[in-house]
Amino acid sequence: MAIIERPIEAPETTNRGTLPEPKASTNYGYLRRPVETTGWRSWAFTVDHKKIGIMYGAVAMFFFILGGLEAALIRLQLAGPDGTILSADKYNQMFTMHATTMVFLFVMPMAAAFANYFIPLQIGARDVAFPRLNALSLWVFVFGGVFLNTSWFLGGAADGGWFMYAPNSSVPFSPTNGVDFWGLGLQITGIASLVGAINLIVTVLNMRAPGMSMMKMPIFTWMAFVVQMLLLFAIPVITVALFLLMFQRSFGAQFFSVEAGADPLLWQHLFWIFGHPEVYILVLPSFGIISEVLPVFSKKPLFGYPFVVFSGAAIGFVGWGVWAHHMFASGLGPVSVAVFSVATMAIAVPTGVKIINWTLTLWGGKLTFTTAMLFAVGLIVQFTIGGLSGVTHAVAPSDTQQTDTYYIVAHFHYVIFGGAVLGLFSGFYYWWPKVFGKLLSESLGKWNFWLMIAGMNLTFGPMHIIGLQGQPRRMYRWTEFRAGEGFFNLGFWNLVATIGTFILGVGILLFLINIWITHRPSSKTPPAPADPWDARSLEWITSSPPKEYNFARTPQVSQLDEFFHRKYEDVGEGDKHEYVQKMSGEEVIQFEEDNADPNIHLPAPSYWPMVLAFALPVMAYGVIYNTLLIVAGGAIATMAMFGWALEPADAEASDFDPPVEGGATSKELSNV
Amino acid sequence: MSESLITDTVKDAVEIVKDHANDVHEHDVHAGDDHSAVHGGHHTSLGLSNTKLAMWLFLGSECLLFGGLISTYMLYRNRHSENLGPDQLWDIPFTSATSFVLLTSSLTMVLAVSAANRKDLRNTKIYLGVTALLGGLFLAGQIYEFTVFYREGLGFTTSLFSSSFFTLTGFHGVHVSIGIIMLVAMIAMLSKEKVSGDDAEAVEMVGLYWHFVDVVWIIIFTLVYLIPA
Repeated sequence: MAIIERPIEAPETTNRGTLPEPKASTNYGYLRRPVETTGWRSWAFTVDHKKIGIMYGAVAMFFFILGGLEAALIRLQLAGPDGTILSADKYNQMFTMHATTMVFLFVMPMAAAFANYFIPLQIGARDVAFPRLNALSLWVFVFGGVFLNTSWFLGGAADGGWFMYAPNSSVPFSPTNGVDFWGLGLQITGIASLVGAINLIVTVLNMRAPGMSMMKMPIFTWMAFVVQMLLLFAIPVITVALFLLMFQRSFGAQFFSVEAGADPLLWQHLFWIFGHPEVYILVLPSFGIISEVLPVFSKKPLFGYPFVVFSGAAIGFVGWGVWAHHMFASGLGPVSVAVFSVATMAIAVPTGVKIINWTLTLWGGKLTFTTAMLFAVGLIVQFTIGGLSGVTHAVAPSDTQQTDTYYIVAHFHYVIFGGAVLGLFSGFYYWWPKVFGKLLSESLGKWNFWLMIAGMNLTFGPMHIIGLQGQPRRMYRWTEFRAGEGFFNLGFWNLVATIGTFILGVGILLFLINIWITHRPSSKTPPAPADPWDARSLEWITSSPPKEYNFARTPQVSQLDEFFHRKYEDVGEGDKHEYVQKMSGEEVIQFEEDNADPNIHLPAPSYWPMVLAFALPVMAYGVIYNTLLIVAGGAIATMAMFGWALEPADAEASDFDPPVEGGATSKELSNV
Repeated sequence: MSESLITDTVKDAVEIVKDHANDVHEHDVHAGDDHSAVHGGHHTSLGLSNTKLAMWLFLGSECLLFGGLISTYMLYRNRHSENLGPDQLWDIPFTSATSFVLLTSSLTMVLAVSAANRKDLRNTKIYLGVTALLGGLFLAGQIYEFTVFYREGLGFTTSLFSSSFFTLTGFHGVHVSIGIIMLVAMIAMLSKEKVSGDDAEAVEMVGLYWHFVDVVWIIIFTLVYLIPA
């Protein structure tokens, strides 16, 4: 990959490298490299994994709010009988886009934000394996997400549910362009995920610091690694499904037309072979996050680290064999149903292993209930509730009763909101000082946590009741006539759920206010200490926020929880461990900086990732509106790929404006 | 074909076997990074270069793409009208010939990689060119075949069988086309010395992709053409 010299102030003596003499740029007319270090260009064309991670997070947060507003509209519509806020058509679009946004444009990219930012830091690398591809993933995701949402203004969004069951999603049943936007948009964001997965897997396998074996990797990196493996193999399956749907809708093929003899289950199989691993893609990063947070605030190592690792990997494998439990009501036949039912119960085992490990990490620990810790414990409790209702789905006869009712909605919100989202919030509070150098307000954070917990239980808890009472999913209104009486009155619990949604919304708003209060220009929040939580893993052996080169010197790793073991000495005898602090975190970091590497390579920024990413939505609009646009987009993409390939591995002197000469080179380059 | 070319080919084939052990060490550890010796920071944890690992992962992912397409075809291959099914349409000798052409291109690809490893630029470019040519010939055969089917009445939307057949083989054809573009671009970039990083490794990356596309064709040819419906 592209590499430039980035000398830092070397401590006298050993000059281990000499800068190559800068040569004049001999290009075929590709763009000069961007060299800005400030302003929007330094973000737009960056290949720094940390900046890319922050941008991933910011964009995902935007989509989180958007998806939240869609949810609020859905709940307002259902608050009372015969809701009039949304038409049936708009309601369909709303729940489809709510789920699509939350799954593909919030949780996945937010997990990608964490993975991008922390995997290199946790394994002691200076960047990911392919920095330009990393930038490509980000921009492809951003453009894909925007493309998907432009459908709102171009005749209406997709309206077939996030699983977009065919043939219900073919033209006669969904005549607007919404489904086309949906399919092409997911195709685009799928490219982002696939490229990101390849990049991060290579990073984890190949870029670990000396001494860091796989079983010494921080647990978040492990879980993120499993997720990338799942993405690598799940994305192509939905790619096939989306292509078939596109051929069906745009080019007259009949893959899903039952009247033409098509198999009505083809789409469901393809979708759920992707869709079930997707569930673990959503939740495993959060499992990784809280497996970092719980030990730190319990002052104990993670209980049974290898079990947590291998149960994560086991989920990654077994997750491929349970997809048909989404299809129990579709008439698969008793043998398939029995097999998938048993497999589904089996996958509860590694998940249960994790919950036991987390609980035993807390057991006997010196617990500190910071906001991050509260969210982590909240995940254990809420996810367990969701897991238990999940087991009731694994029992096929019971599932047949629950299929397409609000009970299912309750279940997957407990696992995805209670699992994935609470874990991400735990990560926000835990790593905020690492990423931005300031601690978020703890008192506001606790309000944030309790409002979110109260809100989510009020919103999704009643859905168990209204679901078992028979209220179907995806119905745009319910009538008083059928609402039932007494404790099980649908009207009461629907109202509670709607009120809960707004409490949840206020909770999330407090998080945004917390960010504002911490970072507004007049903020009095002092810079965070370098090691505010007495943390354990490698990302803390550097300043906060980290310099663009991550580590002053590449860390040497000798054990799991490297940072902890550098701070504490084991003075216990035999099997009894007793740890005494020998250095503070600041001292460890200072020691590293005193022994800094003299020359550090950093990848050079590039325009091409953004140009290439831009070409994709152009082509996608072309599929919907005009073939010429496909050609134009294809031309841009081709040009971008060749520009990319021809970009020299090192930034050249003439890439700078004005061109730099001789000794000045290193100084200028060091600003990149 | 001149006699010297044949002897060269045989010689190259022997070289490949001999060089194989060297190939692995030469390219994998240093990953074409000139600075690695100076700064010592760029060896990889697995000893396999980043680009090569990435290409393998990508190909792993591609397996599921073709897996999905092949499954769809296998599901729908009997769903066609009476007289427009595989039995009426396939011209096995013709497709065998084009398949042979494609498989031969794998051999020339191996020779190109071998030549690149020996830093024999001239032969590298020749073999890359021959590979591209054979790939083009295969593609021409596929286009001819599609045209014949179309004349006999098998359009993309004729039946479930036709849609899934054209989708599967079409996707493979697109992969071959992209491979040809990569080969031609490789020749151009080698000529202009514009390959960033190690030449031999870049050639090998194209080679990995090319062999994968060939292997997929072997599966498609067996499942789609040879096994009776």
